[in-house]
Amino acid sequence: MNGGDIPVFHPFSPETASISHLFILVLIVCGVILAIVVGMIGYGLIFFRHKPDSADPAPHFGNRKLEIIWTVGPILIIVCLFTLTVRGMRESDPAANRQPDLIVIGHQWWWEVRYPQTGVVTANEIHIPVGRKWLVHLESADVIHDFWVQALARKMQMIPGQTNHIWLEADAPGTYDGTCAEYCGAGHSWMRFSVIAESPAAFDAWLREQENTAAMPATDSAQTGLKIFQTMTCINCHSIRGISVAASAAPYLTHVADRTILGAGVLSNTETNLFRWLKNPQDFKPGCFMPNLKLTDAQAGALTSYLETLK
Amino acid sequence: MSEAASTFNAIETPAAASAPRGLFSWVATVDHKRIGILYLLTTLVFFVMGGVEALLMRIQLARPNNTFLSPDAFDQLFTMHGTTMIFLVVMPTLIGLANYLVPLMIGARDMAFPRLNALSFWLLPCGGLLLHFSLLAGGAPAVGWFSYAPLSETPYATTSGVDYWTLSLLILGVGSVAASINLIATILTQRAPGLTIRRLPLFVWMIFINSFLVILALPALNAAIVMLFIDRHLGTHFFAPANGGSAVLWQHFFWSFGHPEVYIMALPAFGIISEVVPVFARRPIFGYEFVAASTVAIALLSFGVWAHHMFAVGLGHPVDLFFAATSMMIAVPTGIKVFAWSATMWGGAIRLTTAMLFAVAFLIQFTIGGLSGITFAVVPIDWQVTGTYYLVAHFHYVLFGGTFFAVFAGLYYWFPKITGRMLSERLGKLNFWMALIGFNTAFFVQHFLGLMGMARRIYTYPDLPGWGLLNMISTIGAFLLGASVLILLWNIIVSLRHGKPAGDNPWQAWTLEWATTSPPPAQNFDRVPPIRSRRPLWDLAHPENPDPIVGGATARDGFVLEKNRVGIVSFLITESVFFLMLILAYLYYNNHDMNGPTPTSMLNPQRTGIYTLCLLASSFTIWLAVKKLERKKHSAFRWLLMLTILLGAVFIIGQGREYLRIFHEGVMVNSNLFATTFFTLTGFHGLHVCIGIIALLILMALAFAGDFKQGRIEAVKSIGLYWHFVDAVWLVVFSVIYLKLLL
Repeated sequence: MNGGDIPVFHPFSPETASISHLFILVLIVCGVILAIVVGMIGYGLIFFRHKPDSADPAPHFGNRKLEIIWTVGPILIIVCLFTLTVRGMRESDPAANRQPDLIVIGHQWWWEVRYPQTGVVTANEIHIPVGRKWLVHLESADVIHDFWVQALARKMQMIPGQTNHIWLEADAPGTYDGTCAEYCGAGHSWMRFSVIAESPAAFDAWLREQENTAAMPATDSAQTGLKIFQTMTCINCHSIRGISVAASAAPYLTHVADRTILGAGVLSNTETNLFRWLKNPQDFKPGCFMPNLKLTDAQAGALTSYLETLK
Repeated sequence: MSEAASTFNAIETPAAASAPRGLFSWVATVDHKRIGILYLLTTLVFFVMGGVEALLMRIQLARPNNTFLSPDAFDQLFTMHGTTMIFLVVMPTLIGLANYLVPLMIGARDMAFPRLNALSFWLLPCGGLLLHFSLLAGGAPAVGWFSYAPLSETPYATTSGVDYWTLSLLILGVGSVAASINLIATILTQRAPGLTIRRLPLFVWMIFINSFLVILALPALNAAIVMLFIDRHLGTHFFAPANGGSAVLWQHFFWSFGHPEVYIMALPAFGIISEVVPVFARRPIFGYEFVAASTVAIALLSFGVWAHHMFAVGLGHPVDLFFAATSMMIAVPTGIKVFAWSATMWGGAIRLTTAMLFAVAFLIQFTIGGLSGITFAVVPIDWQVTGTYYLVAHFHYVLFGGTFFAVFAGLYYWFPKITGRMLSERLGKLNFWMALIGFNTAFFVQHFLGLMGMARRIYTYPDLPGWGLLNMISTIGAFLLGASVLILLWNIIVSLRHGKPAGDNPWQAWTLEWATTSPPPAQNFDRVPPIRSRRPLWDLAHPENPDPIVGGATARDGFVLEKNRVGIVSFLITESVFFLMLILAYLYYNNHDMNGPTPTSMLNPQRTGIYTLCLLASSFTIWLAVKKLERKKHSAFRWLLMLTILLGAVFIIGQGREYLRIFHEGVMVNSNLFATTFFTLTGFHGLHVCIGIIALLILMALAFAGDFKQGRIEAVKSIGLYWHFVDAVWLVVFSVIYLKLLL
């Protein structure tokens, strides 16, 4: 489901399928119009070239009938396009009619993901059950962001002070890439996310896992890591259910070890990458609000061990 | 060139001998030809700077996960690239060309207001330098050229870059508006005898319509950026949602300017093409009336499409559909033009000079850009492709492949007239092919990148299949395009020294600028040929087969306008839009109850009502004063003028005391959105009153010095009109703010 592939023409939801069909139709119409214009110009260039020593041709000032045709013709075409637009909007963006199944809040530069019915909070990775049409509320904690998971849903801005909505559903299981599509500052390029669609059974299992509080660390290294988390300012921005949920400035880490990406897409979530990120996040995502805490290798190692227990 | 044309220049005055020499003469010039050249030279410098900014970005984007530039540097680069190209390159290039050509094409001696013209120009390097000074003062703005709120507000944009951006745009905006007022006044009042409106060359007509777009659109930008500046420095919350402001209002205000702005960048280019294609196809434009009328349609519609930039904001389907409809409609008049230009070539005898090559490329590239624009008007498609490289491809196709290729065509066409020498056709063809291949290589692939999911304004991207390759291709194309610009520069330098002398009319063209020497003498024309059709020089060269007389043998326009009147009315139109935006902001934020000061708690409508009556009375007194002056009753005039000033002063002092009373109660501009919008709206009105009083005092001083005794009283009438305007605005402001308190 990644690049190379053109997701806008490879839709995985009824909404994006509607858009894809409309887009192909409109592109064909545009192609025909372009061909006509290029044909007119090409014909002119081939058959009406200046011949040496010929005088200027007799002046011709226009043809009212032709001008009316190329005024009325396009008007008829756009009436058709407008009708298709009305229908397309209804199909790809139905009205919201109930409480949201998911709330996504855009932050500089990560995604807060909330499941309101169960109180589960996670970040940057959205799990949904396949085949269910979910209503998603989109909000922003700071500046304007734009939620865009190309294969599944329309793009929609997340505007501070206002709640927008989209419908989100996937026809087939898989991981679908998303990104922020409205410039929101230095970390905009690395404000990516994933939508992971799984069978309803697998999704329910995942959700139940997420409702659990964080396990207490068993090994010495992990316990040292937890202590570092609590005392070296991490806890002021990050929340972990079971430890402290006071902070909301940075991604919830309750089950961070289960996620596929780190830093909203800048790194894949492996133990090595987590260690490197903790050593200096600014190396990977310059400008992000997690500073270089100047951890020693031992401290970073302990913290990594702890975070790796958060499954 | 025909004998008939050359007899009109029998009184040869070598241009160089009569033109003032030396660098200072260029600094002090008020000659529209020199000012036009100054515009073009300045924009050339900014074009190179903007191009370098682009190439730096393309280097960073050539490979995935690249670290050539930090995100902060990249963000400043794309902001500066967009701002530079739009405000320091495209707009002033088109204004500069208009400046040079319009007086010549209408057979005039100069622009209507030569000194205003010089001011308009000098505001360009001034604004440009101020913008770039930000680099030395903590960093260039990094919020994108449309500076969405709240990203551009102080908690998020922490350097002073946005402030330099704001101030420089205000300065540049004043320059653009002044130049457009000048063009309107020139075209309406300075035309040679016989040149009725219906006989105007299409370039002049399009510049004329475009100038109205400028004076109506720029004030919307100025109002928005003034509000942003106040937010950033006086703690108000116009666009800060955390305190009741609206981020969406910024988008509405900005795009109300931003959309007409793109037509401001297109219409003059259409004008260039409408001149170049007929001359090199050796036929008049196909369907002049439809092309001229479609220009007006585009101008009117351009004010009704702005929210197509906001389809992803969630304005609701009815609103989205309205703007979808208008955006689709605006394609029709543009299509009429493209068909007309193409049809002009049929039955012609096309000479593929460099200018014509650029014009033909314009036709196809602009059509591609216009068609991708149509895809955006189909709202669900916009929901996938807005904010991506598909959009970047679209606007570069219309702005570079369109407008800038038209500028290149115009350059190759008019360079002989401006300098007296031909540009090299050999270097020109090299320039063209490199530009064509470079441009299309750089930007066509970007359509695909957008469809593949690449968002815009990202400094790097993950190594997804195909992304690296297409970005590398785009970068290579960009460098080829940059190299073509170097060829163009080389061509200009070489041709200035060794180019073939052009003569008056090397292209055998038909409009008036070709009826004088190349370059023209200081006074432009020794004699202007008779004008009975749209192609006076064709008529002169073909007395056996002239064009049909347009509008009848003794056609007159049916109106006679005086230039100062046109100037002041245009100025008042632009100020009206500025006040309209402030009034709209007031209405938007005050249609519901809020905490803090309210009109009822803060205002004293009875007292203000009395001051209002004084202001209205002052309108009457100045009207009477002008009447007295027209009847040469100078003493009565002076008394009435003094009374006007007195009444104005009562108003402004009264308002000032109101302000002091409100401040004493602890209410400041940032107390709440009512206070903010109240102070902003009445404050700007008060500023206009103060400026009016100063103008009236100057008139008084001139009156006592005997200046108006000779009957040249246009200045008085113009200031009088300004004063009436200020009073009329107050009536609206009073009704909006105070009236419901009295009722």
